[in-house]
Amino acid sequence: MPHTMPEEKETLEPVASALVEGVKRQVLVVQDYAKLSFQSLANVFTPPHYWTDTLEQMDIIGVGSLPIIVLTGFFIGGVLVLQTASQFERFGETALTGDAVALALVRELGPAITALLVAGRNASGIASEIGSMVVTEQVDAMRALGTDPIRKLMTPRVVATVLMLPLLTAVSDFVGLVGGFLVAYFTLRLGPVQFWTRAIHALDFGDLVQGLLKPFVFAFIISTVACFMGLRVKGGTQGVGRATTSAVVVSSVILLVVDTFITRVLLWAFNK
Amino acid sequence: MTPVGRLAAPVDQFSEPVPGAPLVSFQDIHLGFAEGEVLRGVSFDVWPGETKILLGEGGSGKTLLMKLAAGLIRPDAGHVTVMGQNIGEMPEKELLNFRRHIGFVFQEGALFDSMTVAENVSFRLDEEKVEESEIETRVREVLRFVEMEPSIEKYPGELSGGMRRRVSIARALVDRPPLVFYDSPTAGLDPVTCQTIITLILRGRDSQGVTSLLATQRVQDAFGLANFRFDKNTGEIVRDKKDAARPPQISAGGKAGLGKQDAQASGPESPAVPPTNVLVLRGGKIYFEGAADELLHSSDQYLKEFLASAE
Repeated sequence: MPHTMPEEKETLEPVASALVEGVKRQVLVVQDYAKLSFQSLANVFTPPHYWTDTLEQMDIIGVGSLPIIVLTGFFIGGVLVLQTASQFERFGETALTGDAVALALVRELGPAITALLVAGRNASGIASEIGSMVVTEQVDAMRALGTDPIRKLMTPRVVATVLMLPLLTAVSDFVGLVGGFLVAYFTLRLGPVQFWTRAIHALDFGDLVQGLLKPFVFAFIISTVACFMGLRVKGGTQGVGRATTSAVVVSSVILLVVDTFITRVLLWAFNK
Repeated sequence: MTPVGRLAAPVDQFSEPVPGAPLVSFQDIHLGFAEGEVLRGVSFDVWPGETKILLGEGGSGKTLLMKLAAGLIRPDAGHVTVMGQNIGEMPEKELLNFRRHIGFVFQEGALFDSMTVAENVSFRLDEEKVEESEIETRVREVLRFVEMEPSIEKYPGELSGGMRRRVSIARALVDRPPLVFYDSPTAGLDPVTCQTIITLILRGRDSQGVTSLLATQRVQDAFGLANFRFDKNTGEIVRDKKDAARPPQISAGGKAGLGKQDAQASGPESPAVPPTNVLVLRGGKIYFEGAADELLHSSDQYLKEFLASAE
């Protein structure tokens, strides 16, 4: 008859309870994140609004990220042409390079890479800034002065990221196409009319919707995760460091996972 | 009467002190963390006009009591009543409104490091949409009070520890709250700067009529506040006469005033207020509560050792 030895049972019980506790903690973290994210959004519809803080964050996140977005976008477009052209040359179809670059950039690479760059640059900045404020009691001081830190610190950052990321993505897509064209012109001898005509005709309404809808979702993920990590910092400067790393890693992973699901839904929605 | 140029404060439950009731009341407060229970049934009151000094070793729960009183944390059990309202059960939205009626000086100052001294001090006034000209006047007035007006455009990073505490006091007092919590305002400062900070608190108490709860590890702070007072007529700190009870200096609107005219608003008929009292925390409970002189002359062995270790 199968049975569990009493010693085995005694050993397994603490492991099982530790496991349950661990799962409970993670569920509570997700619940806290969901509540905080909802609160940050709900604040948009009720006063007071911090428009100056929002504009300042739009400048930091949007204008501040522009140089790296332009630079990386250009070279991603270029490298995409180099990679695809070598395949198309085998079939004598180098004219299709414009199609491939446009579709890959607008549908996927533009939104994803721009979001990852913004996550790297701004999620770390947001988490470390808010985290430092937490460990130096500035967030408590704000509460003690009668100001809601979620409304004052989080909502402007979320709104600014959600407004700026789609614009940065559009810039990245365009610069990527320019980079792709220049590489195609100098390496494949593709003419501007041939490249741009094919690139533009390759895209339809569904592709544009897909390319510009994703950044809104990605921006929300990046900003809320970063603020959440910053606001729950514990353990002084080491804690700030951990929160900064977590903000970038967690937001990047979540946005790539969510990207897969959004892509599937949008492809289905547009019959692709 | 609403001062010229200032928006009228919204009428709410915190505008008036409750007559005959303590301004702050802790009833059987329990609070613990994973490491164990820190506060084990703490009960005490702070009356209008009183200065209550919380003494105790590091980790005895002084800061927790201050944060409980401001509603920044909630007790596991017990009631915290401030200005007649149960703070422990109040939703965060109402707490934010409540906190506009109190001042809080944090242990390290907790100044916003990306803002100038002026912006730090005017933070609450900006939030309340007070007119620019009024903000300028009030900020300069309160910074003059803490002798920090020349540093008005500096950032906290450019200031010394003592200067940061003074700015923090100015930020707490700028909206003339009737109740101020000082969390270890002299911690980590040299003796001369400690004296300056205590002098400022004395001036705040005696010229503005601020009720205060002050946490400190330094018994010198307690005796300084208990034995000295700020003479409004001479503008000097003088030794307090124990037989002369001070009149309460809470103005009719529940707001403390910055200038002499406000201090006089309390009127000569006002009843005498409780003196400065000391409360010693030990092992999560109140070990001693009474006047500073009683503490000084106590025959209790622990209190004697505590006083000796502080000297």
